[in-house]
Amino acid sequence: MDKQTNHTASQSNTMNSIPKTYKNYINGEFPRTESGRYYSVKDPSDKHIANVGLSTRKDIRNAVQVARKAHGAWTDKTAYNRGQIIYRIAEILSGRREQFIHEMVLLGYTKQAAEQEVNACVELIVYFAGWTDKTTQVFGSINPVASNHFNFSRQESIGVVGIICPETPSLLGMLGLLLPNMVAGNSQVLIASHQYPLPSCTFAEVLATSDVPAGIVNIITGIKTDLIPSISQHMDVDLLVGDESLDTNFRNMCELESASNMKRVYFWKSFISLDELNSTPDKTIANCLNSLKDPYHILYVQEVKTTWHPVSE
Amino acid sequence: MINRIPIDAVGIQERVTRICTRSIKRESKLQALDLALRMMDLTTLEGSDSDGKVRQLCNKALLPYTELPNIPSVAAVCVYPNRVALAKNILKNSSISVASVATAFPSGMSSLQIKLDDVEYAVSEGADEIDMVISRGAFLSGEYTKVYDEIAQIKQACGSAHLKVILETGELGSLENIRMASDLAMKAGADFIKTSTGKISPAASMPVVLVMLQAIRDNYNSTGVKVGMKPAGGIRSSKQAIQYLVMVKETLGIDWLNPSLFRFGASSLANDVLMQWVKEKTGRYQSLNYFSND
Amino acid sequence: MSEKKISDQTNPENRKSIPLDWSYAEALENTSHATFNKSYGLFINGSFTNYDENQSFESINPANGEAIYRCTEASESDVDSAVKAARAAFEGEWGNYSGTQRSHYLYRIARMLQERAREFAVLESMDGGKPIRESRDVDIPLAAAYFFYYAGWADKLAFAFPGKHPKPLGVCAQIIPWNFPLLMLAWKIAPALACGNTVVLKPAETTSLTALKFCELLKDIGLPNGVVNIITGAGSTGEYLVQHPDIDKIAFTGSTGVGKSIQRSIAKRQISATFELGGKGAYILFDDAALNEAVEGIVNAIFFNQGHVCCAGSRLLVQEGVADRVIDLLKKRMQHLIIGDPLDKNTDIGAVNSRTQLDTIQRYVDTGIKEGASCYECSGTLPNKGFYFPPTLLTGVSQSSTVVQEEIFGPVLTIQTFRTTEEAIEKANNTPYGLANGIWTDKGSKIFHVGTKLKSGVVWSNTYNKFDPTSPFGGYKESGKGREGGISGLHAYVKLENSGGM
Repeated sequence: MDKQTNHTASQSNTMNSIPKTYKNYINGEFPRTESGRYYSVKDPSDKHIANVGLSTRKDIRNAVQVARKAHGAWTDKTAYNRGQIIYRIAEILSGRREQFIHEMVLLGYTKQAAEQEVNACVELIVYFAGWTDKTTQVFGSINPVASNHFNFSRQESIGVVGIICPETPSLLGMLGLLLPNMVAGNSQVLIASHQYPLPSCTFAEVLATSDVPAGIVNIITGIKTDLIPSISQHMDVDLLVGDESLDTNFRNMCELESASNMKRVYFWKSFISLDELNSTPDKTIANCLNSLKDPYHILYVQEVKTTWHPVSE
Repeated sequence: MINRIPIDAVGIQERVTRICTRSIKRESKLQALDLALRMMDLTTLEGSDSDGKVRQLCNKALLPYTELPNIPSVAAVCVYPNRVALAKNILKNSSISVASVATAFPSGMSSLQIKLDDVEYAVSEGADEIDMVISRGAFLSGEYTKVYDEIAQIKQACGSAHLKVILETGELGSLENIRMASDLAMKAGADFIKTSTGKISPAASMPVVLVMLQAIRDNYNSTGVKVGMKPAGGIRSSKQAIQYLVMVKETLGIDWLNPSLFRFGASSLANDVLMQWVKEKTGRYQSLNYFSND
Repeated sequence: MSEKKISDQTNPENRKSIPLDWSYAEALENTSHATFNKSYGLFINGSFTNYDENQSFESINPANGEAIYRCTEASESDVDSAVKAARAAFEGEWGNYSGTQRSHYLYRIARMLQERAREFAVLESMDGGKPIRESRDVDIPLAAAYFFYYAGWADKLAFAFPGKHPKPLGVCAQIIPWNFPLLMLAWKIAPALACGNTVVLKPAETTSLTALKFCELLKDIGLPNGVVNIITGAGSTGEYLVQHPDIDKIAFTGSTGVGKSIQRSIAKRQISATFELGGKGAYILFDDAALNEAVEGIVNAIFFNQGHVCCAGSRLLVQEGVADRVIDLLKKRMQHLIIGDPLDKNTDIGAVNSRTQLDTIQRYVDTGIKEGASCYECSGTLPNKGFYFPPTLLTGVSQSSTVVQEEIFGPVLTIQTFRTTEEAIEKANNTPYGLANGIWTDKGSKIFHVGTKLKSGVVWSNTYNKFDPTSPFGGYKESGKGREGGISGLHAYVKLENSGGM
């Protein structure tokens, strides 16, 4: 790590480096939580690193509201345009690489693991940026119906998604759940990793300086026990996405509460423990990246719409 | 002058298919056969039509089937102008009308004056009904006013004779055009609109006739005038004829199930109707050998 | 010569036998070839269990209200036997079959259904009340077509999922409704078997007959025992099936209410489930549409199968400028709808499936009128026996009316007007449902614009209520999860393993 970046995000007490207040990211802005409460994020030696917003159901409510409002602006963009916007995220993330690595190291990552995770994140963003204008071609269909009709099926965004991020990998795990949804055209409310939220919060800064329209990605920090019931019960959330390793009680809660408005619920694997990350970063991150690069994840967070039209003179 | 009304051919075909699933049995079938016969314009329009041929046709019109003297006679015979006087003479004591094609039938490719002369000649020979053709070339090149004016003038030339306007739908290219031509003909004074000359394939088809019936219905709704309909050509079986009657009933209502508002232009249909009639009465399937081939 | 003028022929003196009201004589479908038993056991492991009067219920022909046969109410242990048989088949012979072998069985089923189509059509109409015209021309041919389509997938599954290895899920619990009994059976069983699963299927308690007759057909083609098990019964039987610990998949078609309770009941089991639930489809009719065809489309949208169609176009949204004209055309068209005996080939509207459903429809119409709607009903007398409801229009309703919000599942159309495209889209989407919507306009670009904005799994443009095995069908929002039909329909019956090809 070079000196300059060390200064930028360091928690040291030097005068030219000041600690950051980590806030929610809603509608392209960084509001404080409605409750005004916070929790302390600590390093492995239990030393305070930063205060992070302790959000409540009202923050979820606000985020869902803006996500719903913003949805049209995202899903109506051309696939090419969405691809470029997602690619732009990779450009900006790449430029702030050292900041993410620094925060990960603070949270207990080895430098090697942190570097590899950030590299993998850039790779994953670029990978998914390329899918925006291809999913319809791979998964859509023209259906040869036995009548004088032209009939085709294509994927469309579902709407507002609640994403429950895994604890680790702190950034790759989140992106693995977020990116298929962005490609799909959904707008999202993410519940960030509780114990390792800093990369998620800093990712919000990447989004804020990228071309992603406000309200499409909203990131909320806090305690899962507070936030999961709220998002899974919300009648204006169309889909819940989470990591397979999410605590069984939370998973069951998502499945149960989804019945209220027949939310779709999908879990896929994006979790790697910090121990694994640190002990065998090469292997675990490569495997995780490989399993996250699954275009079927995009398919699962979309709806299939079938259109009929007569064919005649 | 006339609006172009969107028509979806697949939707029209679906309606037709549904109409064709109507199952007409027993007494309703006999009623339909009776009606079909009374709605028939027995037609001969050949360059080879001689006095003998016309005479045979008129006799068939008067007495379709000798075994059943009570069977109804047809509505009209339809001939070329120079055969009108003869037909008229044979049918003078009957209720059967004589229809004459005119206006440079079947192509309509002549001057308006010659068409008017043609009509006047047919009327002077005694024609009760004139079956004119529209100028399809003019219609297709967008000269709607010209087509309209021709019909209006020919209507005048008809005097008291009824005017059937043949659209020759097989040459109009689309259902939208057929609808537009129907509206135009009715607006110009047609008493009937008719599908075809019988010289062009395709002739009458159910989708085409459905579109024309809809035009008649809409015209009636907006003007209160009941215009008649005559499908011609291609209708050979009783089954088809009954399907047309179902279509008329379910599109225009019972008022149009009447020879004054609906006609079949056909030549071979008559014998099939007669065979079905006899079959219904006797329970035996019939052979054409027993029905006069006029 | 004036006495021979055309106009004179309308004179009764000249033309004596002009029928003043030509109506269609009764044209009853022959039922002699459609035989069935007085009572049925359950079809488990390739044969029927013994029928037990004490554990049975009767099925009513809604056309006349008379009981026509009795079938067995499957108990918890019956359900267990059925699941065990399905499990054994999955782990035994059937599980080892190649896709080619499975496809051959499915093709045979399709062919047998085609051969016995008329018989099945008659039974479907007798048991459920739908007009023979529909069971003959739609339900049964389509059921065969679904089997034929999915038969072809059985040995081609690798091509349906690029980069993945599809594997069967195991034992599928399938519950189907009473509106399209055999067709829904086909939608469920064909893709499940094509993907290598085995099945326990429960038909609706008012319409078990064609499913039971279908078992005869399975015996005839020699489908291995236990691959398909049919258990009859009502809600409790369905619950036993859903709660059974050894099922791997639930496929449910029915009401949104029941769908939600199934979703809740399986929340802790992480079990694959697909749902086809209710709907409240909008039928958006723009002023530039082909109005005659659009009116015919309305008839198909709401009066098809007595309106017992989850994707029915039950809310007409018509642009103000043509509203009067459309309503007038529709009323005229409705005068020609024939309501009556489902077995008469000329019947357009048959019997409502049950007394309960008839009461529900009546209750909704009463509510509509109470809330200020004007009601127009098809004229004509209804049969004096059986359950019948005339095609009905409700005008003067608004977005907040109960009859606009809730699914009626009967031949009842609500009519609202709109002024602009945006207003139409907003009204169409303003519902928790999202199964199907219709768009009628002559303008292609408008179809794509509106079609993209509509939140529904199916968009019928310039047509309505069309179904095809190649065409995915299913809902957004509270209308369901997952698709049936087409390649999408296969997803519901496989688990995808990575093939490492990515």
